[in-house]
Amino acid sequence: MTTSSPLEVDERDVLLSGWGRTAPSGARLLSPHSAEDIAESIRTAGPRGVLARGLGRSYGDAAQSGGATVFDMVHLRSFDVDLGAGTVTADAGASVDDLLRSIVPAGFFVPVTAGTRFVTVGGAIAADIHGKNHHVEGSFGAHVISMRVVDGRGELLDLRPDDPATEQMFWSTVGGMGLTGVIVEATFRLLPIETAQMSVDTIRCADLDEVMTRMIEGDDDYRYSVAWIDSVATSGRGVLTRGDHATIDQLQATKKTAKQASPLTYETTSLPSAPPFVPGGLLNTATVRAFNEAWFRKAPKNKAAELHSIPSFFHPLDGVKDWNRIYGPQGFLQYQFVVPDSAGWLVERTLSRLRDVGAPSFLTVLKRFGPANPGPLSFPIPGWTLAADVPAGNERLGPVLDELDELVAAEGGRLYLAKDSRQSPAMLAQTYPLLAQWQAVRDQMDPRGVFTSDLGRRLSL
Amino acid sequence: MNDALGEVQSVLVLGGSSEIARATIEALPRNRLRRVVLAGRQSPALEDAALHLGNAGIPTVEVAAFDAIDTESHGAFVDEVFDTSDIDLVILAFGVLGDQQQVESDPAQAVQIATVNYTGAVSVGLHVARRLRQQGHGKLVVLSSVAGDRARRSNYVYGSTKAGLDAFAQGLGDALAGSGASVLVVRPGMVRTRMSEGLPEAPMTTDPDVVGRAIVQGLRKGKHTIYAPGQLRFLMGAVKVVPRPVFRKLPK
Repeated sequence: MTTSSPLEVDERDVLLSGWGRTAPSGARLLSPHSAEDIAESIRTAGPRGVLARGLGRSYGDAAQSGGATVFDMVHLRSFDVDLGAGTVTADAGASVDDLLRSIVPAGFFVPVTAGTRFVTVGGAIAADIHGKNHHVEGSFGAHVISMRVVDGRGELLDLRPDDPATEQMFWSTVGGMGLTGVIVEATFRLLPIETAQMSVDTIRCADLDEVMTRMIEGDDDYRYSVAWIDSVATSGRGVLTRGDHATIDQLQATKKTAKQASPLTYETTSLPSAPPFVPGGLLNTATVRAFNEAWFRKAPKNKAAELHSIPSFFHPLDGVKDWNRIYGPQGFLQYQFVVPDSAGWLVERTLSRLRDVGAPSFLTVLKRFGPANPGPLSFPIPGWTLAADVPAGNERLGPVLDELDELVAAEGGRLYLAKDSRQSPAMLAQTYPLLAQWQAVRDQMDPRGVFTSDLGRRLSL
Repeated sequence: MNDALGEVQSVLVLGGSSEIARATIEALPRNRLRRVVLAGRQSPALEDAALHLGNAGIPTVEVAAFDAIDTESHGAFVDEVFDTSDIDLVILAFGVLGDQQQVESDPAQAVQIATVNYTGAVSVGLHVARRLRQQGHGKLVVLSSVAGDRARRSNYVYGSTKAGLDAFAQGLGDALAGSGASVLVVRPGMVRTRMSEGLPEAPMTTDPDVVGRAIVQGLRKGKHTIYAPGQLRFLMGAVKVVPRPVFRKLPK
């Protein structure tokens, strides 16, 4: 008989990283089959703790925890739609992709979708995701009626925002990055739609001023609004796309109906995957420039009420599987901040500083946020949010992002935890003033400190 | 935790007065450091290193008593350091050069060199690896030497300990593959430090800050083995194939 080595790595060990593919850590992956499985694992958790993981679309280290037991939640994915009430009750591992395939043909849409449909319900709540409709309808948490959460003692809790006894725990779990408990099920409101098409107005803007002015003036007239910015051009030119779900009348006014069996037919298309290995340095200033030029040119100069499919309007990048590999072995990060309207100048500053260090953003998105919700760690506050994708291999990036952090903090802004992979604990504490309140609720829900993540350790959450 | 840009928050230096280790810490790209543990035998150099890093603004700089020869104590020592917080970066930097002439007349001195450089390093290296494996992340930097690439008349006892350490560290890196933890083997040439003071300079002799920067670069790129300076890789490639009768006659 031999004793097993403390260094032994076996098939249960996995290396996990976020969508940006930076800073992986090793963990034991477990596929729970029920809430009871999860509760049992929590009760018997070792010193490294546990963490739930969905589809791994957080860019940084939110859904990984070195040495911990990580629950692979995507196998718990069933859901029930209540057509009469217009709500859905879904397992935490059900994805927006799963949901859309079922609810769109039934005449419903999710209340909020991110730029990818490959996010789970649990992840959507834990990161309190936002979409193009935030300025009108808020983030995901605002649409949740109730959720079932296993806390740090292994107890199954029923949390509701309208129940004073659980309200605080509810809002600390919304945006709580999985550190207050494991969300196992949630019930949330759906949006009724008449068709599976989007009616979209597109405007090509010559510079950043025009983009921002048009957004301030016109966004309130649209349910959905987002601007793509050319990060390479010093003008900051961009393409503003805004719209809403097309009505039956709008659809019938076009020829497109003839091609489709039903106005609610929902189809997604897939392009080939990115290759499994891409050398570093493929995305340099020249290729990013070419891509941005093409993106700008492909948009119509000014077009109203054009019909787009749901995938092409909301999830254009989902067509290319594993597109995150194009950044090469050193991976990439997304710098996403929000600042109040008074600090709109930080949008231009950020783009120019990234250009200065030869890290122009490949894909840059600008949007306006509406009011915040009560979640202490929920990201959105009213103002501008900019998201810029940059390769992590650039050595001059770190100091520039630290410099931008300071400006963001000074202006009352903050960074999005689902995207963060590099801010300092001090930056987080300064910019999320309700952190202590969140920590108090977390300590109450998880007195033994069972829930751990690399993000939590890095930011001293 | 280390972050997306290769920054680390906690460092354990085994051989805390090492100038190369200090240069490595100073070469980290931005300052996210929160805790540095300098482990070694009590000495003015160790105190000086702690003072220096404290003055550089690192919030917590601890000095911990550690003796490479006292292998019995290594397990408890490593556990105590890791129980306080995860360690993102461990630099195994202790080692002694010895005087080849004296060593040949007093083999007990050779035993001492071998015990510190090899036996002690293997002992603490395995304990560190166990904890890195448990935490699922972290990097172990092992300071090997080009002296281990090929034995030389002038320092073969030292060279042989580094050859052994180098092989150990490579194997340890393989053992940890897939765990999230990793090992970086660093083979510096001659470096201007207290260890080499008074010795004639070899080709490509360099300074600790050059080695420190090379280590940080290697960590960031996920390398397993680096030479410092990097060009030494090619020189040593050539040195290794020089026939022994010729090699013996090369200037020391």
